[in-house]
Amino acid sequence: MRFLRDTPINRKLMVIIVLTSGLALLLSGFAIVVSDTVLYRAGIRRDLAALAQIVAENSTAALAFENAQDAEETLASLRARPYLVQACIYTVDARVFAHYVRRGGPSECPQTVEADSERIAGANLFLFHPILLNDKKIGSLYFHYELGEIASRQKLYSALVGVIALASMLVALILSSRLRQLISEPITRLAGSARAVSETKDYGIRAEKQTEDELGQLVDDFNEMLANIQHKDGELRKARDELEQRVIERTAQLEAVNKELEAFTYSVAHDLRAPLRHIDAFSRILAEEARPHLPPQSSQYLERILEAARQMGQLVDDLLNLSRVGRKELSLQVTGLNSVVEEVLASLRPEMEGREIEWKIGKLPFVEADPSLLKQVFANLLANAVKYTRPRDHAVIEVGSLALNGESSVFVRDNGVGFSMKYADKLFGIFQRLHRQEDFEGTGIGLATVQRIIHKHGGRVWAEAEMDKGATFYFTLGAGEKAN
Amino acid sequence: MTQQEVEILLVEDNPVDVELTLHALRHNNLANQIQVVRDGEEALDFLLCRGPYSDRTFDSPPKLVLLDLKLPKVDGLEVLREIRSDSRTKPIPVVILTSSKEEKDMVLSYQLGINSYIQKPVDFNEFRETVKQLGLYWLLINQPPPAEAFTRK
Repeated sequence: MRFLRDTPINRKLMVIIVLTSGLALLLSGFAIVVSDTVLYRAGIRRDLAALAQIVAENSTAALAFENAQDAEETLASLRARPYLVQACIYTVDARVFAHYVRRGGPSECPQTVEADSERIAGANLFLFHPILLNDKKIGSLYFHYELGEIASRQKLYSALVGVIALASMLVALILSSRLRQLISEPITRLAGSARAVSETKDYGIRAEKQTEDELGQLVDDFNEMLANIQHKDGELRKARDELEQRVIERTAQLEAVNKELEAFTYSVAHDLRAPLRHIDAFSRILAEEARPHLPPQSSQYLERILEAARQMGQLVDDLLNLSRVGRKELSLQVTGLNSVVEEVLASLRPEMEGREIEWKIGKLPFVEADPSLLKQVFANLLANAVKYTRPRDHAVIEVGSLALNGESSVFVRDNGVGFSMKYADKLFGIFQRLHRQEDFEGTGIGLATVQRIIHKHGGRVWAEAEMDKGATFYFTLGAGEKAN
Repeated sequence: MTQQEVEILLVEDNPVDVELTLHALRHNNLANQIQVVRDGEEALDFLLCRGPYSDRTFDSPPKLVLLDLKLPKVDGLEVLREIRSDSRTKPIPVVILTSSKEEKDMVLSYQLGINSYIQKPVDFNEFRETVKQLGLYWLLINQPPPAEAFTRK
């Protein structure tokens, strides 16, 4: 049945017609042959019984008058029946009176006379019929009939039925080929339309309605669906165009804003620094030249001025950097994090002078990232670790990578003064600090810069810490990881 | 200015910065032959021996030009472009001495062919040290371009 399922509709119909008509014909043919056989046989027996009756009555006189010759002549006329093998007339005391035998048949009549009845044995019928005179039995008539003619008739009829069935199937096939098209053509047309639509994506195509039946209804529904899709498609295009337009406008706006920001930053870079330099310069010159004349307190004040100027300078630098990081486009490359960490460590050497720091650097992955920006991330995180472990005699700073929820993340852990998780959400805010300026210097922009860089890469950054135990900073870089 | 050789041409518009730079140079005994000009036009006039400096000649160029970027009238990069496109001034060493470390400034400067880019540190001590190194290097260690490097126009 499976092989039939995937054949074309036309062929399916053909197979159905051929099979059903063939089967019907064969079944009815079979039925005809069988019923014919049954009827024919019944007919033969009736016929034979009548014949026996006739021959018996015609032999009555011969038997009564013991005229064997007459009786033989009567029997001889049975020659007309080729299927009659043997006929015998018995006297009442079972003596063979007359005898007819077909050419090639047995020469002797059966010895025993059976009761008046009919018996079928295989393909032979044996009949005993009484011969009556005035209702008194004076003898028996014996017929031996061959039923073989039935078999040959059966064969003939079956052959006939077979030929007729075949011929009929052929005719059915030819006739139906035109009619099959009535069904298969609309279907094939519809299938063709559907394929055309799916190949060309042209939703303006419509299928042609040819019939008013279920298929016609299907065509209507199909066309309605197409009209729907076409409409929706049109709306989608329009929406997309509108969106693109809006994106263009928005981008232009953003670019304008960006330009303003750049100009602003440029100004800050040039113009804010100059006064700062001057403050620092003259404070120092003053300190140097006026030192012998200044009371100690005044020198102290000058130091304060210097420190303030220096801090502001640092702030300006950090802010400029933050702004630059935000504006810069990522230039992604495959970056080995271990080599970045090495570079940063080298630049931190002066900071680490006189300190006892144990560095545990694990194997870090290769990622797709902007190397200069990542360097800033590590510079900030590692400098922080070094700074906040200052109170420790033996500082331990660990850098490694960790798989969290299927994502690869990098961490920097220190055993420094840590912070309270209560303020964890302030950690990455601009100018936010969780420690006193006099305990630990800083502008409060380092972590904001780290966060901006990490977010630019599509990653996340967060921290865990405990007061006086230390802190761990984690970051991921989105999907930018390359396998080693 | 007399025909005495000018060793350093300082191009700086801010008077305080001029004073501080001179102070730093003096501190390191490098301030003997310094010419100060206050804007881009004056810088070009000096280097191209024109206008108020038309009695200068091209055969005694300064050993070093310290150039600020933000200048009135003609800005630093424009001065640079002109110097570098004139074969009579092209080989002169130019060091940008400015407040900014903006990438845009650095890119353009280097593309126009500066010899060095220095961001003025806020810390005055650092500034003095930087100026000292600058002076020592460009005036004493570095060999200035020989006369043949400057061709007649």
